Amino acid sequence: MSAAADLTGALGLAYWAETSIKLGVALIVIPTAALMLGYLFLLKMMAFMQSRLGPTDVGPYGTLQLIADAVKFLQKEDIHPAAADRRVFRAAPVVVLASSFLLFVVLPTGPDAVVENLDTGIFYAMAVSSLSVLGVLMAGWASANKYALLGGLRAAGQLIAYELPLILAVMGVVIQADSLNLQEIVRVQAEGEIFGFGLIGNPFILTQFIGFLIFMIAAQAELTQTPFDMPVAETELVGGFHVEYTGFRFLLFFMAEVATAFAFSALATVMFLGGWWIPGFDFDAPILNVLGPVVMLVKILLVAFIIFWIRFTYPRLREDQLQKFAWKVLIPLSLANIVVTGIFKVVL
Amino acid sequence: MSPPPTASTLREQQAYVAAQAADARVNVELDTGDMTLNIGPQHPATHGTLRIACQLDGEQVISAEPLMGYMHRGYEKLCEVRTYPQCTTLINRIDWLGSFANEVPFILAAEQLMGVEAPPRAQWIRTILFELSRIANLSLFLGDMGVQVGALTPVFFAFRDRERVLNQIEEVTGGRFHPNFDRIGGLKDDIPRGWIAETHAVMAKMRGFCDEMEDLLMGNEIFQTRCRSVGVIPGDVALSYGLSGANLRASGVDWDLRRDANPGLAWDQVDWRVWTHPDGDSFARYWVRLQETREATKIVDQLLDGIPSGPIMAKVPRIIKVPAGEAYVSTENPLGEMGYYVVSKGGLGPFRVKIRTPSFSNISVVPWVMRGTYVPDIITILGSLYFILGDIDR
Repeated sequence: MSAAADLTGALGLAYWAETSIKLGVALIVIPTAALMLGYLFLLKMMAFMQSRLGPTDVGPYGTLQLIADAVKFLQKEDIHPAAADRRVFRAAPVVVLASSFLLFVVLPTGPDAVVENLDTGIFYAMAVSSLSVLGVLMAGWASANKYALLGGLRAAGQLIAYELPLILAVMGVVIQADSLNLQEIVRVQAEGEIFGFGLIGNPFILTQFIGFLIFMIAAQAELTQTPFDMPVAETELVGGFHVEYTGFRFLLFFMAEVATAFAFSALATVMFLGGWWIPGFDFDAPILNVLGPVVMLVKILLVAFIIFWIRFTYPRLREDQLQKFAWKVLIPLSLANIVVTGIFKVVL
Repeated sequence: MSPPPTASTLREQQAYVAAQAADARVNVELDTGDMTLNIGPQHPATHGTLRIACQLDGEQVISAEPLMGYMHRGYEKLCEVRTYPQCTTLINRIDWLGSFANEVPFILAAEQLMGVEAPPRAQWIRTILFELSRIANLSLFLGDMGVQVGALTPVFFAFRDRERVLNQIEEVTGGRFHPNFDRIGGLKDDIPRGWIAETHAVMAKMRGFCDEMEDLLMGNEIFQTRCRSVGVIPGDVALSYGLSGANLRASGVDWDLRRDANPGLAWDQVDWRVWTHPDGDSFARYWVRLQETREATKIVDQLLDGIPSGPIMAKVPRIIKVPAGEAYVSTENPLGEMGYYVVSKGGLGPFRVKIRTPSFSNISVVPWVMRGTYVPDIITILGSLYFILGDIDR
């Protein structure tokens, strides 16, 4: 509990009330936000970029299309392949989705508006985000399908290559902020100043620009978005690890994909774009608990736009080319970034 | 069950396995067996029902065997029980993306047997429609290659702009995909009024589309990494496997039937060039097709300005009887050399028709070119060889 007392202190709520509010946020607000992202980018933006209209019929401008899709998925038969390892097959989508939900727990959206203000927030976020690959590997292995197996193994290979630059990129921020706590990282950015000019704080995208780039590239791989979508690879592996999934279990994978994209955009916002803080306000101002989430959302949408923009524009790399790129370019670059950050930290 | 690999493949396979074993003793101890992966018959990258039986070592291909026949429709046999004008209905459906181009060599073969020649105006319009179907066919490839390497957006642009060309074809022939417009001795109808100006505008748009593809896809770093030096087919190999069309020209062989063996169409009346690329890889095939699409728009533009006046139909009897004889006519279709060997015994229909389709030969190089590549490269190579399933199984 660093900057502010948590929600209990602020509102004087009992433990059970606080917990139910947090549960409500986790179970309703977050999926809604992820669905919004899915509608906005996956359906509409993609359609406009590809000179299509996208959904138009369900709701105004097709806004309710994803709900219609969800209902459609619920109606489908839940098929298990005969040779599948049933228990693992069923657990896999839950593992993937759980990993992205756990990610939301530590994301701060205001001085008090955070579900759990962990002191090792960024460490925790990196740890749980890697869990999703476990689920992908489980899905690939348990499907008893060669395409799925190839997809799952590709995902595992990708994890090894990309978890490293991702964490190393985060390291630069951690060194500069002196903390693993995400709230603290926001505070350092809010209270920092650029050559004595402190009005907009010091968003780390300015000092950690290389780190930001590496983080975004590695996140793209982590999210299995094009150019690094080899585990899914519709045209070669026909969907890869989720090729055997139908109905609701497929929907879980789909939701996890969008929700994780949302969470990673939020992480990038917190670490590099100054988080929820608005220039001109006190860091602890209670009004930021209301305005903060809005600011966060706008920044998240900006970052997510970049993620999906790249996704709809670029072709896919090959697995070995990806590994080469990760080990020969990204990892040396991020190590150099850490060294430079460290030197500046000591000198300044 | 996949059939046993051919002798040469087996020998290569053993050599490969031996080399791998020498390379990595660890793998031998772990006994990492090969995996058989069936790509197709239902697979998005095969554009239909081609099946490729691959032996994989991890993600590396040991052998790949294309297996066809899932869509065989028996057109050669069906042609034998139809009259000559009826045959074109079937022939339309061989390469369904460039249908009009399919009709032309068959009609030319029949005309050759009958000793009829279409009037110049018909020849020019034939050439224009031929080139329009080439543009319609190749523009889809230009976008589809993006999908094969993972970029979804270009194919939608391709569909959008191909539609304009199809509209022009439809305005003349009444059919978007299957015009069935070519007749022995000429064409069914003349072009409608105002069509020439419209087509000029569409050609300008298509050149814009080519520029767009060049910017969006061909210039892309990742696209080049995925395509350059992937699936290299040297010129001599290409020739020995009977490759034709852009696949052959991308291997550096300067060979184009439009220029080398013009069967009387208007190609020799206009100024154009044959594009070749020395590399022979997937990128070269894309590059050549892009240049060809652009060149085709220029050919159409020039032809449109010079259409001679006159009738569009020569004097032919109402009931067409082709005198006994044999004829082989082939033209440079969008996919490569398409030829019809027509044997007539003097009846209302052909006695025997042998159809030489480009995709069938083009796909035969797959076992050779795919050894040692990776799974993603299978798709790149298949995409860049550019086959139409109807053109393989006819």
